[in-house]
Amino acid sequence: MTNFLQATFAVFRKDITAELRSREIIFAMMVFSMLVIVIFNFALELDPATRKEVTSGVLWATFAFAGTLGLNRSMAVEKDRGCLDGLLLAPVDRSAIYFGKVLSNLAFMFIVEAFVLPLYSALYNVNLFNPGLLLVILLGSIGYTAVGTLLASMAVQARTRDVLLPILLFPIAIPVLLSAVKASTGFLNGVEMAEIWPSLNLLIVYDVIFTAVAFMVFDAVVEE
Amino acid sequence: MTPKPTLLKVLDYLSVIVLIIAAYLALVYAPTEQIMGDVQRVFYFHIGTAWVGLLGFVLSAILGIAYLVTKDMKWDIIEVAAIEISVVFFFITIVLGSVWARPAWNTWWTWDPRLTTAAITELVYVAYFMLRAGVEDPERRARFGAVYALFGGLSAPITFMAIRLFRSIHPVVIGAANQNQEKMNMSGDMRVAFFFALFAFTVIFIDLFWNRIRLGQLESKVEQLKLKVM
Repeated sequence: MTNFLQATFAVFRKDITAELRSREIIFAMMVFSMLVIVIFNFALELDPATRKEVTSGVLWATFAFAGTLGLNRSMAVEKDRGCLDGLLLAPVDRSAIYFGKVLSNLAFMFIVEAFVLPLYSALYNVNLFNPGLLLVILLGSIGYTAVGTLLASMAVQARTRDVLLPILLFPIAIPVLLSAVKASTGFLNGVEMAEIWPSLNLLIVYDVIFTAVAFMVFDAVVEE
Repeated sequence: MTPKPTLLKVLDYLSVIVLIIAAYLALVYAPTEQIMGDVQRVFYFHIGTAWVGLLGFVLSAILGIAYLVTKDMKWDIIEVAAIEISVVFFFITIVLGSVWARPAWNTWWTWDPRLTTAAITELVYVAYFMLRAGVEDPERRARFGAVYALFGGLSAPITFMAIRLFRSIHPVVIGAANQNQEKMNMSGDMRVAFFFALFAFTVIFIDLFWNRIRLGQLESKVEQLKLKVM
């Protein structure tokens, strides 16, 4: 077990170190998410009245788009330079590689989210620092990256890889996005907890099921 | 090449016959529904195609597991067959539903849980074929397909629950409904048409399924022969 954790953290540390040197993923995600917010601003005419209703939708669409960008890149880097083969040769449980990648992708997501939230708050003068919202973001990001990392490792091995990941990921990730939007709107508008719980439960169920299944099938995805 | 089995040939003809009977029962035999009128007749085929569509999707998730456990290519061939047929049937379901919804709900489409889940499920399996098209190695294609079929099968019910957090206006045909949902009441003749349509589409599904599996086997044989020549 300690061996497994060590391997997971080794993969995680490798990704973070590589990212700190190249800064190609997080920087791209940040700029991209900023652009998405700007586009939404004009597409939806975010005046104060509509803003209240659509804020969580805009946030989650931004996270989802920026997320696919990061997921695709972080797996493509492994594939392009043959790193994935090197990782697979390591005498560790392969699911440790999966969890290591999930952790680093999750870290990238969190960094982007930590960048978007204050930016959005400042641009639209809404307070997004709500503990409930942060919890939803935590749960939603876990589900999204758990599925996304697995699908990205399939997508990069396909011929049409750059277009494939969003097509594979979005229909599967719809429950996460839907319940995250619903729960976020609930927290932001101060709805009673009894109405938010179903969405939160669904997020937790999704996280558990898909992390477990991805863990079980990852071997089949990277097998050579 | 093995000739087509006689039973399959019989099934081919039987499919055509039951389809004609089901069409007769739905369009002529069944009485006109009092509130919705003639457009309600669409419903018999709507449910028939939805049933076999879902059957194929559920089957494909199980076949995906079977492939991942055994790594036997025959499961992959059956899985593709199931999904390919179900995608077509499910598309017919959605189109027929739209035809019905136009007069009944006064709109072609509404973002109701069932409709939305159906559309997303259809998209999942379209994505499935795009994934397969992008992978050349047959063994890897089978693995990826199995994983994605499993994911699709798991996410569909969760998607449905997620969307259900909003209210539904789709009529409930079987089982207890919410108090505020309209429930369809069927007369005896309607039941005959309804259950016969279910039966007919099950026969058609089995026939197409069998034909498609045979086609898949022939395909893989051709692929092997090609490799031998090269």
